[in-house]
Amino acid sequence: MADSIRAFAVIAGAWVRASMTYRASFWSLAVGQALFTLVDFVAITIMFSHIDRLGGFDVAQVALLYGFSGFALGVADLLVGNVELLGRRVRDGSFDAMLVRPVAPLVQVAADQFALRRLGRIVSAVGVLGWALVATNIDWSITKVAVAVATLVSGSVIFCSVFVLGSAFQILAGDASEMMNAFTYGGNTLTQYPLSIYPSEVVKGVTFILPLAFVNWYPALYILGVEDPFDMPVAFHFASPVAATLLAAVAAGCWRAGVRRYRSTGS
Amino acid sequence: MVTGLSSIGVSTRVRLYAAVAVRGFRRYSTYRAATVGGVFTNTVFGVIIAYTFVALWEQRPNLGGYTQQEALTFVWVAQALIMPVGLLGGGILEEFAERVRSGAVATDLHRPTPLLWWRLAEDFGRAAYHFLTRGLAPVLIGALLFDLAWPRSVSTYAWFLIAVALAVGVGFAIRYLMGLLAFWVIDIRGYLALLTITQLFFSGMVLPLVIFPGWLRGLAEVLPFRCLVQVPADVLLHEGTGTEVLPLLALQLLWVAVLLFVGHLLTAAAVRKVVIQGG
Repeated sequence: MADSIRAFAVIAGAWVRASMTYRASFWSLAVGQALFTLVDFVAITIMFSHIDRLGGFDVAQVALLYGFSGFALGVADLLVGNVELLGRRVRDGSFDAMLVRPVAPLVQVAADQFALRRLGRIVSAVGVLGWALVATNIDWSITKVAVAVATLVSGSVIFCSVFVLGSAFQILAGDASEMMNAFTYGGNTLTQYPLSIYPSEVVKGVTFILPLAFVNWYPALYILGVEDPFDMPVAFHFASPVAATLLAAVAAGCWRAGVRRYRSTGS
Repeated sequence: MVTGLSSIGVSTRVRLYAAVAVRGFRRYSTYRAATVGGVFTNTVFGVIIAYTFVALWEQRPNLGGYTQQEALTFVWVAQALIMPVGLLGGGILEEFAERVRSGAVATDLHRPTPLLWWRLAEDFGRAAYHFLTRGLAPVLIGALLFDLAWPRSVSTYAWFLIAVALAVGVGFAIRYLMGLLAFWVIDIRGYLALLTITQLFFSGMVLPLVIFPGWLRGLAEVLPFRCLVQVPADVLLHEGTGTEVLPLLALQLLWVAVLLFVGHLLTAAAVRKVVIQGG
């Protein structure tokens, strides 16, 4: 584990130095990433210029959901987002080279072309989250603070796992990075809004099949003191770390299975 | 560069550009898995956005002059147009920039056809492929899942196809101009990111421009980006919303003409400026 982290830092560090060669490019891309995240939030505020509540949530409460989800996706995108390039590596054969190096292939795939500019996404998510914390009237307690911190970590782990699951799938299916977007960025868009606007089948799907609801929805219900419109068990409010751990285990299993079954393109 | 084409007959020229367009179509139709993945992703995003619109229009029926059915139709039309009009950049743009950076653009400039028209023909082929696959498929799925407002008269569909073709032209011209920037700037990725965000926001992709607050809507109306999504959608929905079609198409035509003309002038400037690396 410690070796893997060190290897990740070495590879990622090299890419950071490389990107800093073109400083203007780096900054404009980082700002671009930040704006990308903000555009969706601007859209939400425009929606709220016509209504007071969306799915029973006011704009500050939606901002809280938005901030949690944006932070989680941002961290996952920064740390392991590049695994989506795996399909291309499988096609051009460069994944073969990674398998014979003495560093875990997942670490190499994630750290290769590490893009520090993606911090931009996290910065704007934190900005929205900060505003939400000020604008909502949360009755803070020690438990709520603990749940909030656990949510940030668990949400990031959940999105990291989704990225890894998608790349494991790509080992078998070839280049399917387009389809991954539906689950990663799509999952982010889905969880930017209160789940109360979706049909209950969707909510069950993101609770029991791909646990995206634990990125922000269940803990936010607890933090905001809002009643669950779908009457799910109260224990779910605190279950984000459990969901994250389970999904991470599944993702790790799928990744190993994928690598074991990998057959080089042979060229 | 050389305009050797002037000595060639019109029919030959038409055949040449048609052949280029067909190659553009075929080139993208090779990647079937990417197409299927793209259809899936467009559909997922369509469903998510559709539910947010349902929540909005349930509280505010007739918001922006759209009924809920029309608003939902807008969602799926917008999803259908993302790829054909190149809202996310992609295709020709990155490739063009890369060819300038690597010097491969020298080959393009050697051709006896102007770069602008060659690329336009190719992009129309690509757009046709994306419209027929990543455009139509999500709309059909969306129509199964949601109650959409389909125009009754056949002529509306014909006008809509013209509006889509013009939108493809505007989208191409914008990306071509951005691509030309590569002749002056080594790394245009940052500019591309800013362009993509601006396009997404001011085209109506993120939200229909009709529900933008006054001043922002005013800004959106003087920019060319609304020709990409909002205008074609309005052409399709015009029976319900009472928008006149011809002024909308004229607006698109005007922007295509202006942007392509600027593209033509700047191509000449870029060619004078270019230094082919490694030559």
